[in-house]
Amino acid sequence: MQKQLNSILEKAKEQLIEVTSVEATEEIRVKMLGKKSELTQILKGMGKLSPEERKELGQAANSVRTQIEEMLDQKFKEMKEMAQNLKFATEKIDVTEPGKKMNVGVKHPLTITLNEIMNVFKSMGYSIVEGPEIDTVHYNFDALNAPANHPSRDMSDTFYITQDMLLRTHTSPDEVRTMETKQLPFKVVIPGRCFRYDTPDATHSPMFNQVEGLVVDEGITMADLKGTLDTFAKLMFGPETKTKFRPHHFPFTEPSAEVDVSCFKCGGKGCNVCKGSGWIEILGCGMTHPNVLRAGGIDPEKYTAFAFGMGVERVAMLKYGVDDIRLFYENDMRFINQFK
Amino acid sequence: MLVPVSWLKDYVNIDVNIKEFCDKMIMSGSNLETAEHFGENIENVVIGKIEKIEKHPQADKLVICKINVGGNDLVQIVTGASNVFEGAIVPVALDGALVPGPLHGKPKEEGGTRINSGKLRGVDSFGMLCSAEELGFADKVSPLASREGIWILDSNAGFELGKSIVEAMELDDYVVDFEITPNRPDCLAMLGMAMETSATFQVPMVRPEIKCECKGEKTAQDYISVEIRKPELCKRYTARIITDVKIEQSPWWLQKRLMYAGMRPINNIVDITNFVMLEYGQPLHAFDIETVADRKIIVDTAVNGQKFITLDNKERELTDTMLMINDGKEPIAIAGVMGGINSEISGSTNTVILESANFLGDSVRFTSKKIGLRTEASGRYEKGIDPNLCEEAADRFCKLVEMLGAGKVVPGSVDVYPNVEKPQTYSNRVSRINKVLGTGLSREIMEDYLKRLGIEVGGEGDILLATPPTVRQDLKIEEDFVEEIARIHGYNNLPITIPRSNVMVETSKSWQIRELTRELMCGMGLNEIQTYSFVSPKGVTGIGIDEDAWENDFVKLLNPLGEDTSVMRTILMPNMIEVMGRNAARNVTEVKAYEIGNTFTPNMINPEGLPDEQLSMAVGLYGEGIDFFTLKGIVCELLENLGIRNLSFEAEADYGVYHPGRCARVLVEDNELGIMGEIHPNISEKYGLPKRSYACELMFDKIINMAHVEKYYKPLPKYPSSSRDIALLVGEEILVGDLESIIKEAGKELLECVELFDVYRGKQVQEGKKSVAFALTYRASDRTLTDEEVNKIHSKVLEALNEKTDAVLREI
Repeated sequence: MQKQLNSILEKAKEQLIEVTSVEATEEIRVKMLGKKSELTQILKGMGKLSPEERKELGQAANSVRTQIEEMLDQKFKEMKEMAQNLKFATEKIDVTEPGKKMNVGVKHPLTITLNEIMNVFKSMGYSIVEGPEIDTVHYNFDALNAPANHPSRDMSDTFYITQDMLLRTHTSPDEVRTMETKQLPFKVVIPGRCFRYDTPDATHSPMFNQVEGLVVDEGITMADLKGTLDTFAKLMFGPETKTKFRPHHFPFTEPSAEVDVSCFKCGGKGCNVCKGSGWIEILGCGMTHPNVLRAGGIDPEKYTAFAFGMGVERVAMLKYGVDDIRLFYENDMRFINQFK
Repeated sequence: MLVPVSWLKDYVNIDVNIKEFCDKMIMSGSNLETAEHFGENIENVVIGKIEKIEKHPQADKLVICKINVGGNDLVQIVTGASNVFEGAIVPVALDGALVPGPLHGKPKEEGGTRINSGKLRGVDSFGMLCSAEELGFADKVSPLASREGIWILDSNAGFELGKSIVEAMELDDYVVDFEITPNRPDCLAMLGMAMETSATFQVPMVRPEIKCECKGEKTAQDYISVEIRKPELCKRYTARIITDVKIEQSPWWLQKRLMYAGMRPINNIVDITNFVMLEYGQPLHAFDIETVADRKIIVDTAVNGQKFITLDNKERELTDTMLMINDGKEPIAIAGVMGGINSEISGSTNTVILESANFLGDSVRFTSKKIGLRTEASGRYEKGIDPNLCEEAADRFCKLVEMLGAGKVVPGSVDVYPNVEKPQTYSNRVSRINKVLGTGLSREIMEDYLKRLGIEVGGEGDILLATPPTVRQDLKIEEDFVEEIARIHGYNNLPITIPRSNVMVETSKSWQIRELTRELMCGMGLNEIQTYSFVSPKGVTGIGIDEDAWENDFVKLLNPLGEDTSVMRTILMPNMIEVMGRNAARNVTEVKAYEIGNTFTPNMINPEGLPDEQLSMAVGLYGEGIDFFTLKGIVCELLENLGIRNLSFEAEADYGVYHPGRCARVLVEDNELGIMGEIHPNISEKYGLPKRSYACELMFDKIINMAHVEKYYKPLPKYPSSSRDIALLVGEEILVGDLESIIKEAGKELLECVELFDVYRGKQVQEGKKSVAFALTYRASDRTLTDEEVNKIHSKVLEALNEKTDAVLREI
């Protein structure tokens, strides 16, 4: 009996050597360990034996079975691996072929620029406020201390809806609206579309976007204004950015200033973006005129304020090197896609 | 304002290089555009005298000039200019010379242009005679006599022949173009800029000579009388008389200043009026006394409908709001705008009346606008002039007349100045000035800054009294003085701090939802566009919307740039379709775009009030593989991400923009959010869109209101679900959406979701019917459903379907 078992084991060994596939291994498994196999027959026939013999033979038969099973497992593993390697070889791909297009869209470059500006001010604790694009002469001019005969009020400068209603020429009207409604103190930024009577060309657009800022509190100083805009410039254009405040005039601020930032392309050495000067004019600002504070119902003796404003198109054009403002409103997909 | 630095040095003795000058002036508040270097790029150009002119043997239009340039030999130069004559003093560019140009109609070359000897039609030419333009002067300032050719120089100036023109004519100078803000009309004058320079560089300022040596028995009053009948429009009228006027060219020094300051020299009298205007900012006007009837000057408004011919030979119609200068009979000038042809100075004029007057800015502005005539004088009056300048400017004119020998000055003036404007004193607080600036400047420093600007100071303690000169009409309140102190101190010297304000940041839901929408739309592959808020009134009907639809009720502009931008948009779709068309015309094969922007409609509640502004959102799609359901998928995904549930879509056959069989209204419960569809083939054709293009417009303010972006966690299911797939045979007219609603309603107790997975029409299905297949998932949150339970609810669903739509189950 032991002999027979040894021969079964030998047979299994011999047969397995020649096997080259998972299927053939399976055949051998059925043949060697299946219901009709020699080994199974032996085990089935054990009932007729005495308990001693049964124990002895049982151990021997099970040992053979285990050995065969181990051999089979080993073979299955080998065969699987072989088959897989074969499959891998046939499934090889050219990884240099282009990827499948996922096609994420892109925000308008003016939105991207505006968001960058807004994110800087949000990080500095400013709230976003918005106002109507069509506003009154009161909010757009009168309340902002614009002289009654100021040329900007002309029909050749401003679009009118009626004698008292116009397309706002700046976002500043919302300064007064905010003063009227918001609890003091506050820090706000006001983005929005503005309109001026300009025939479109490469540098002019009858519609454009502005961001206005306004801070009202007791003890706000011009030094605060400088610090705020200097911080903005560094966050927006890089930590090396320098600012220069030049005296200027606006009816709604006194003192007023224009702000230049060191050229973010050449760093101040002089290039075509800054026209060789090393500086780029980016902002108008100043201490809010007491007449404007009064128009907004705020006591200028108690509160002081500063305000600033900048053109989003101008920043975007400088940042991206766009040389024609009309491109922003043509919406050619080949233009927009460049801002991915 | 063009300021020649050499001229400025007449009043302030500064010794700084041009860069430092410009930088410091900018920082003290005089911003500038450019600083142009005259006399630059000129080499080997000398003074010459044309001794002889000969005809060119080969060319009628050329002449051969023999020119004395100081040496023994004459230089031969061929020229085509027609204004040369024997004896003329001219600029001569010798062989190898450099001139700034522009030359021969070509653009100006960087670094100048070289002039070399050559032959002109066979005749040797050893250089070139120059025009003023070739030497760097703008055409508009070239002296009249030299405008059409070679620059004929002043023969009385005694320029040494052969001497470098730059040295002989002292051409080397910088001209700085200052940008003058509207609050500083006093800086539209050399004296104003001199005051700024004086304050900036702390050097004293010297005022011009004005004292005449005039003698004579008769005084100005013996010649004329002046009456102001509208003192509210004319604050002051000063007149002086010059006799024995001799009209001739001005000397070179005067011409040069005018040319550098951007004005063309004409003749001595005109040049002096212009010189004084540039110096003081006070316009002057000269009348020929012979033309002034009754020797009377009467300042009064015109009569309606009256006609008047101005110096430029144009007839103007007057109204009774226009201020005029009249003689005893009729108008002789439009006050502050332009003189009349009837009182013009001519070569035969012997005696002139010089007007130095102050007219109200608003009045001049109104008149100038009404008759459509803006002049150097009107521009200055509009901005406001100090009436105290009238007399000094008139005196300065007289002084220059005397200096130039242009006539005899009659002593005295006629000066009508009913309400003398005196300097005003304003009270300021040292503490407040420091409080606004964030500084700790001492009173002494503040006083010094103000004094440097010609402002008298006084007061004590915290009170700082300031009395600015009357030319400074912009200084009226404390903040104005704060600015003066700040700019002289230097903005760059102010400290840098950050506001200490402790304020809460408030977020705007509208902004947040718009931003989230952009993220979502871009994530789905769409690009954002931005289009004009003003549009053509034809745009709405142009895309197939009825004429009487609300979309045509526009907010109109009173003064649009053109018809195309004359109304405010009521919807975004016309712009979207135009953008799609523009891209298609440029062969862009795929457009997936959206816009979020304001739309405008008249205020229905209060017609006087501001129009309604509503945010809208438009989507436009065309390209390979895009269909109605691509668009619908985008809309659904967007709204789902914004937390808007219970969407439904209702077929709409009557909206002109879209294909009548492929258009839907988007609803949330019964609330309409917008409309979407395949663009009507007629519209696609008209705008050049691909045959199948898709668009949608949503009322974005409603979306913002409904949006619910706060997220709450819902526990994951603990018990297994049970699925049933069904294929329903229904009539073609039955809508999938209705089937879904029926399923949801009937199965609502246990139905977790229902999903369409197939719609089939064809061989296996009879004509007029379709097979619609859904996967239904049932689940209970608290137990594993038994087959029995599922069968029961599923049967209920099937029954409902059958009852309402005659749907029958089909074998899958």
